[in-house]
Amino acid sequence: MFAVLQFPGSNDDRDMVFAMKSVLGADARLVWHKDAALPVGTQSVLLPGGFSYGDYLRCGAMARFSPIMAAVKRFAEAGGPVLGTCNGFQVLCEAGLLPGALLCNRDLAFICAPTHLRVERATAPFTSRATRGQVLQIPIKHGEGRYHLTADQLERLEANQQVMLRYCTPDGDVTDAVNPNGSVASIAGVCNEAGNVMGLMPHPEHAVEALTGSLDGRAILGSLIDFVGHAR
Amino acid sequence: MKAAALVEPIVDHQLAREHGLSDEEWQRILDILGRTPTFSELGIFSVMWSEHCSYKSSRVHLKNLPTTGEHVLVGPGEGAGAVAIGDGLAVIFKIESHNHPSFIAPTQGAATGVGGILRDIFSMGARPIASMDSIRFGPLDDPKHRRLLEGVVRGIGGYGNSVGVPTVGGETSFHECYRGNILVNAFNLGIVEADSIFLGLATGIGNPVIYAGSKTGRDGIHGASLLASAEFDADSEAKLPTVQVGDPFTEKCLIEACLEAMRTGVIVGIQDMGAAGLTCSSFEMASRAESGIEMDLDRVPQRAANLSPYELLLSESQERMLLVTRAGEEQRVLDIFERWDLDAVVVGRVTGDGRMKVRWHGETVVDIPVDPVAANAPMYDRKQSVPADLAARQKLDLASIEVESDPQAALEALLDSPNLGSKAWIWRQYDSLVLANTVIGPGGDAALIRVKREDGTPTQKAVAMSVDCNPRWCWLDPRAGTIAAVAESARNVACTGARPLALTNCLNFGNPEKPEIMWELAESIRGLGEAAEALGTPVISGNVSLYNETSGRAIFPTPTIAAVGLLEDVERHAVSHFEEAGLAIVLLGDTREELGGSEWLHLRRGLEAGLPPSVDLAHELRLQRLLADLIATALVRTAHDVSNGGLAIALAECSFSGPAGVRIGARVELGDGIRIDALLFGESTGRVLVATGNADAVLERARAVDVPARRIGTTGGPRLVIGPWIDAELASLETIWARAIPRRLEQA
Repeated sequence: MFAVLQFPGSNDDRDMVFAMKSVLGADARLVWHKDAALPVGTQSVLLPGGFSYGDYLRCGAMARFSPIMAAVKRFAEAGGPVLGTCNGFQVLCEAGLLPGALLCNRDLAFICAPTHLRVERATAPFTSRATRGQVLQIPIKHGEGRYHLTADQLERLEANQQVMLRYCTPDGDVTDAVNPNGSVASIAGVCNEAGNVMGLMPHPEHAVEALTGSLDGRAILGSLIDFVGHAR
Repeated sequence: MKAAALVEPIVDHQLAREHGLSDEEWQRILDILGRTPTFSELGIFSVMWSEHCSYKSSRVHLKNLPTTGEHVLVGPGEGAGAVAIGDGLAVIFKIESHNHPSFIAPTQGAATGVGGILRDIFSMGARPIASMDSIRFGPLDDPKHRRLLEGVVRGIGGYGNSVGVPTVGGETSFHECYRGNILVNAFNLGIVEADSIFLGLATGIGNPVIYAGSKTGRDGIHGASLLASAEFDADSEAKLPTVQVGDPFTEKCLIEACLEAMRTGVIVGIQDMGAAGLTCSSFEMASRAESGIEMDLDRVPQRAANLSPYELLLSESQERMLLVTRAGEEQRVLDIFERWDLDAVVVGRVTGDGRMKVRWHGETVVDIPVDPVAANAPMYDRKQSVPADLAARQKLDLASIEVESDPQAALEALLDSPNLGSKAWIWRQYDSLVLANTVIGPGGDAALIRVKREDGTPTQKAVAMSVDCNPRWCWLDPRAGTIAAVAESARNVACTGARPLALTNCLNFGNPEKPEIMWELAESIRGLGEAAEALGTPVISGNVSLYNETSGRAIFPTPTIAAVGLLEDVERHAVSHFEEAGLAIVLLGDTREELGGSEWLHLRRGLEAGLPPSVDLAHELRLQRLLADLIATALVRTAHDVSNGGLAIALAECSFSGPAGVRIGARVELGDGIRIDALLFGESTGRVLVATGNADAVLERARAVDVPARRIGTTGGPRLVIGPWIDAELASLETIWARAIPRRLEQA
């Protein structure tokens, strides 16, 4: 079962449940941020997008103090797969489960647009359905998505192959012109050292139906479903 | 510390005047009460009888609009109107103005406009699923208007993105007439189970009245009366304290808490505290239920110290709701708000005596009958006169206008104008995807939104919506211009394949106390009624914004129309871009020699004159039905309305890269024996471009329903070629179009 966390101000929580359950057929349910424990049977935790606590302080800075986050940390430390999208990515960085931070976009404005992403690492649990170098079309919608790391951190991240996705052209070229928010090394998604926690700014849950634009989000969410299926 | 004693000004007819009440209205108050009102009571009368809350200048005309129909569940008078869409579901929608606040404080003014219309929707039990905005500014060469555009867009995006409701469409235009008074009209649509619509009713004697949401502060006092119901002058910025401040995070929690609370079944009535705050909501709820309310202001959650009863009653602090629940069961509702960390307090009870009684510090500060204030507000049939310069406005001798000598340069100039250029700079800043229903988002003729049930189950249905007005046409002929706005909005909806169901409207005009403005308003409402009747699309909600003037100069009459339609099978829809090369391009509708009020005439000849193009409403209806048929049977996958800038602009728009990022050119032959500028850039109504793989079938079906149709060309290639007049590389045209707004904002 996928536990989709619901913080006050989460916006894509119901969309994540819709994508996982109604579209992809997995068991997914909302879990309230004030709960102290994850439901029995949780196989993976999803932190959705939105503006938790209004993001009035710093994105994700308040949500990491929600009671459920201690349980998520324990779950992650025990090797459970955790995926954060957009605000969920920001929360994971604030909670120390992923390196780096997300700053205001380079041009200081919110951007809602389709982006192309090059898959840099095609492994379970998050990208086993993709191939390395494959280009996915998945939208972004954020005001604070410029991924930032120190030079040392970036070097370690690249060396450990923790970069999962980079913004690219439709043909897979990583260029500054198609880096929508000024992220360091065009990074759109990363994982932790152990590879069981991933964060990305694009919204795979908004790319699961041809009717609403793209099917490419299935490469990520479907991988996670495959992984959980195998784990069961 | 001892609470400060109540120190209030002396209430007399002078103070009433300062509150915007006429001497006649002051006398009426004295007659109703049989005594001099208290200061709080005077405040209540002034907001409840303000133009903004009472529609006192427009009601006499609005009552003639068609507002009923087989699908209409709730018409005007509630927070918003509701229309059944089958399968036990209904849509609830409305558009509302936030013009004056947005001129003074663009970001907060626009943000709270979005927040306010959302509350009108979810207070009726619907989940808001789509927002649109109609925004109008002065010319972008004015740095103040660049700042206003940026601020308004930041406000709409900042609120909408954070609250988690997609902004899926809208319109933006620029004109000299808005230099002293911009327009910000916010639309929202929600989905509800048709048998679970909540109304603003304070029924059931003894039932508790609950205040829920944000605490009350000093912001927005007299927003409805002094700000929204009066003209601007040079000192308008001094009105800043009348503007409210928005908190989308609280609104998001409020949406979830209210929808959850409604499922308990113990709520009997609920209403947003919008204009005139606690006063307007409580009076309207009591008035509709023919009941009374007694309230204790000391229980109202407060965020500022020493708020007076006057301030508590009139504050327009945002994100607040008033609820009435069944007695004894209020705790279930209070617990839900508690879970969402929102204030919720019982502040009073429903009574049966038809009076509003308000206590503060143990003292009665308000005791007035409900109905004379709410339901029987003053109503004026104001004097009208035809504008003295109307004949001059409408005068246009086409024969004396030099024919366009460089059509390609004209096309480029039109694409580069902010009114016709791409609006992507604006809508890229809006989350148009959240809720995972957006089939067609910003940039299309109409937005198309798939319908899901509250539990997340998708249906086959989708709703289409579009917001439209050509203010120049309305200035040249308010009645004809309004008819054209209704026709265009409905046509845009029809271009997705949907059947237009109903309308909402936001009537933005100048000072109704001036007979020429009043004539414009009355003419416009007449046109709205005629078009709504002819197209079978009743007007189910709306808003009137008057006094849009600065230093005596009124805006162009701007009746913003939003049409909403239903598509039964979302898979069978059309988009507004060419998707495939080698398809036949068919033009539905006739092109006439009409250049009055056109963008071409304004941009290339510096004239705003003439009569707007004529509208044949019977043809519009036939055209809409034909489109629904062509799209439902998959003969047509691309349909695009021909409007501002005419056929050449419409062809370019179809060719430019759509959401899929593909650019597909066209080769077109025209030749109707009319002057070429009218052929290329004329704005004759009732026309739609379609692309089809089977032109013969399309022509045959058009002929069968008496819609003029002719094949004019073929899709494909990297160029746009129109007869001998235009032969341009699409990529360069698209760059001009895409840069129209950004390049102007980039000037210092």
